[in-house]
Amino acid sequence: MQCPKCHAPMHTYNRNGVQIEQCSGCRGIFLDYGELEALTRLESQWTQAAPPAPPGAPQAYPAAPAWGAPQHGHYGGHHGHHKRGFGHMLFSS
Amino acid sequence: MSRTATQLATAVRRARRDATAEVTVLADRPDATVVRCGHVVAKAHPPGTDPAELAVRLGVAAHPRCAGILLPPVDGMAPLPDGRMVTLWPYGEPVAPDAPDAAPWTEAGSLLARLHAVPVGELPGPLPAMGGPAKVARAIARLRAAALPDTAATRAVLRAWAGLPGWARGVDRADGTNHTDRPDGTNHTNRADGTNHANRADGTNHADRADRGERPEARGLCHGDLHLGQLIRPRATDWRLIDIDDLGLGDPAWDLARPAAWYAAGLLAPEDWERFLGAYRAAGGSAAGPRDPWPRLDVPARALTVQTAALALAKAAAAGRALDEAEEAMVEASVRIARFMEAVG
Repeated sequence: MQCPKCHAPMHTYNRNGVQIEQCSGCRGIFLDYGELEALTRLESQWTQAAPPAPPGAPQAYPAAPAWGAPQHGHYGGHHGHHKRGFGHMLFSS
Repeated sequence: MSRTATQLATAVRRARRDATAEVTVLADRPDATVVRCGHVVAKAHPPGTDPAELAVRLGVAAHPRCAGILLPPVDGMAPLPDGRMVTLWPYGEPVAPDAPDAAPWTEAGSLLARLHAVPVGELPGPLPAMGGPAKVARAIARLRAAALPDTAATRAVLRAWAGLPGWARGVDRADGTNHTDRPDGTNHTNRADGTNHANRADGTNHADRADRGERPEARGLCHGDLHLGQLIRPRATDWRLIDIDDLGLGDPAWDLARPAAWYAAGLLAPEDWERFLGAYRAAGGSAAGPRDPWPRLDVPARALTVQTAALALAKAAAAGRALDEAEEAMVEASVRIARFMEAVG
């Protein structure tokens, strides 16, 4: 697909599960029907799921995907209890 | 000991011209049998392994460009009486399974960065496709074949699978075929029960939309099945990557995606994830981009979450046991992926 503005080729990217087309020239973005709504829905879900951290909250965790486990960035130290049963999975296909 | 393991032990003793040499079985699964005899390890590859593809992969592992990254083979060997292809390798110390805290995440990250930087044009060819996506398809086929009761867990895994783009399900967008078939019939994802139809049967309509997701432009040499069992030390400090069965051309982000999936599921500690990703980037690895890695890792990490959860459900059912805590976490991640796919339509 070609960019309607500068006619450079557009590439499809996956942004958090939503397919968007971005122009390789002017970096403009094309959204298909419904994709803006999908992004808006995603944003509202995200803000509901993750309220801003209160002052003095524990340090930030590395980025995780939107479908990541809820403990990311919320309460630290909860990873420890998984680790015992996690060992075998580290070694298998 | 399986019949394959017995045949492999006989073959490796014959190769060493020592009929009484001690042989230890390191692994004996339907898809891989590995025995050790002194300094040498013999591996029987999965049934249906393409001899030409295996020869190219062996050539890659032996190539000077991969020295210090992939363990080089000792030699080839004649196939076993049952037809299984056999390769010989130097023995190396594996990662201690009872000490996951001592796992070499830093070394894993930098080895992958160096693997991804190998100039593909200088390697033997034609380089087969990296085997990751076909593995996801086989895991789903195994889950379907297990014919489990229709639970929320099974449904979520199948929906999360249906939401993946075709390339990540082993379906080639160009011709609509998949490359997961094995000549021995171990594969069940043929067109009849196949991936495209299954999407609709699962009650979702993401398939057409998801298939539009373009194959990533990034192509490079990939391991295809990274986990901690794929790292060994032939000498005290020098780690190498082993297991070439899924080695090939593909999106290098796939090799980062299993630790990424563990981290996203809350299993891998944030500091381990950061060590792995940091070492990968410090060694010049580019598959995760320079900042937020998730735009690149999202699809492969979802695929590996689906693969792990599907195998966990199938294996637990076959053994008549409940899921353990780690398996449960991967199924929960699949449930969140399925919910997420619904939210984004």
